[in-house]
Amino acid sequence: MLQKSNTLVSLSGAGVERGGRWLVRGVDLAVRPGEIVTLIGPNGSGKSTTAKLALGVLNPDEGSAERRAELTVGYVPQKISIDWTLPLTVERFMTLTSRINGTEVGEAVSATGVSHLRHAQVRTLSGGEFQRVMLARAIARNPELLVLDEPVQGVDFNGEIELYDLITGIQKELGCGVLLISHDLHVVMAATDRVICLNGHICCSGTPKDVASSEAYRDLFGARAAPTLAIYEHSHDHTHLPDGRVRHADGTITDHCHPDDGHHHDHPQSDEPERAGGE
Amino acid sequence: MMGIITTTRSQMSPNGQGVSDMLDDFFVRALAAGIGVAVVAGPLGCFIVWRRLAYFGDTLSHAALLGVAMAFLLELNITLSVFVVSAGVAFALLILQKRATLASDSLLGLLAHSALALGLVVLAFMTWVRVDLMGFLFGDILAVSGSDIALIYGGGGLVLVVLVLIWRPLFAATVNPELAEAEGINVSQSNMIFMLLMASVIAIAMKIVGVLLITAMLIIPAAAARRFAYAPEQMALLAIVIGVVSVIAGLYGSLQWDTPSGPSIVVAALALFVFSVSPVAVFLTRRRTGQAVSDER
Repeated sequence: MLQKSNTLVSLSGAGVERGGRWLVRGVDLAVRPGEIVTLIGPNGSGKSTTAKLALGVLNPDEGSAERRAELTVGYVPQKISIDWTLPLTVERFMTLTSRINGTEVGEAVSATGVSHLRHAQVRTLSGGEFQRVMLARAIARNPELLVLDEPVQGVDFNGEIELYDLITGIQKELGCGVLLISHDLHVVMAATDRVICLNGHICCSGTPKDVASSEAYRDLFGARAAPTLAIYEHSHDHTHLPDGRVRHADGTITDHCHPDDGHHHDHPQSDEPERAGGE
Repeated sequence: MMGIITTTRSQMSPNGQGVSDMLDDFFVRALAAGIGVAVVAGPLGCFIVWRRLAYFGDTLSHAALLGVAMAFLLELNITLSVFVVSAGVAFALLILQKRATLASDSLLGLLAHSALALGLVVLAFMTWVRVDLMGFLFGDILAVSGSDIALIYGGGGLVLVVLVLIWRPLFAATVNPELAEAEGINVSQSNMIFMLLMASVIAIAMKIVGVLLITAMLIIPAAAARRFAYAPEQMALLAIVIGVVSVIAGLYGSLQWDTPSGPSIVVAALALFVFSVSPVAVFLTRRRTGQAVSDER
């Protein structure tokens, strides 16, 4: 992957291993200013891990992760629960790690439609309200890079579209780069410049259209993805077996598929992937 | 007994003027020491409650007895030895949790009680040392000396200064470590400093309430403060107030009814906690919450 000098964050061949198992491996990705890159993939495919690599919360066990010096990051983690014993107002939560003045807080909460909750205790928020507060929190920092890990969880469908419109709007206004994680490509298609489809490694990447019509994407997401697919046929070069091993086109069986195997998979997977859940 | 209240700090010195009665003198020292510990324990206790480290604190304080034993064995200063052993156990725990073969709670229980047992066994071997074991287990606040008080205020003051300095990053790391890390906070550094502060407070507070009750001094005032607080700093200050009131009430109670002083302080704190969750307190907070937040769920 080409790396320009203004790249905000780039991973090359990055992988994370825990307990002898690679959570994710061989990830190449770069986010540049003004660009929205979306990571999609089923549960456990390493999306959140990849985001944490990009953020520097995790260090790669192989490959490298580079961030531009002094990069200001806004982060909306996938699952965050605030301990109910913490007395914490929304405003205080927003100024947790950086000194943001009252005006900036006000602008951010009104942008995400939670002005009325500014002085509420964080523990009293509903799931959808909390996500909006998290988003307000991230944009109030005036970030150069926004990392949004399933930012619309707990938000109803209309709110979902609205939130994505909001994210696109914010991105245009701030001119920041966005690394977005979603399990649902359709909703984010319009807003995305580049899609990276993950399943332990990069299965395929490209424009949303290319990815949505690819075999790898359909295999990963099953029937739900089917309606938008063009008829598309080619042969697989390897197959994931139920026990986690991989059978290659030539009949050999290995423990892992390799990042350079290409993007053709056949995953034995149920038609309806679970929507919620962690990595 | 009433004369005690008017005694001033200057009279706390061993040869304080105007203190004719021995009772006055040791009682005032006890009050001064107890209040000093409560002031340090309050804010630190809040972090223990927020981070769910109660059992962790318990483990460190149990390990303090091993520190006492080591102090006698190696002829070291007790406070220093307790601090070193508690801090050592804290780091041992951090390392063990990372490469855990046991669940955290089992690991904590294992370390807590092995350290306690080891301390008792080591003490028993040193037949030449006469130790007031009960004093170390349950505290001996009525026997605090002027130098103990100096240690509490000096060491405690230092702990508070450090806590204020790392308050922001530590609080951010408490709310969510990954969020804090991503936003440029050095999480492991503030966690490390927090461990050292906990070990210090245990070393300082051991003489007052004893190794078995230190965690209570840390947690109960903070837990009682929680319901009335709307901001973290407010909860820390309230925990200090509740701790101080517990010390005063516990000490007077122990004088009045001739009960052991350390446990009496903890019982007083418990009474305040029970009040904080009682219907009266619930009613009071409801009214305040109603003004501040329109949509309590």
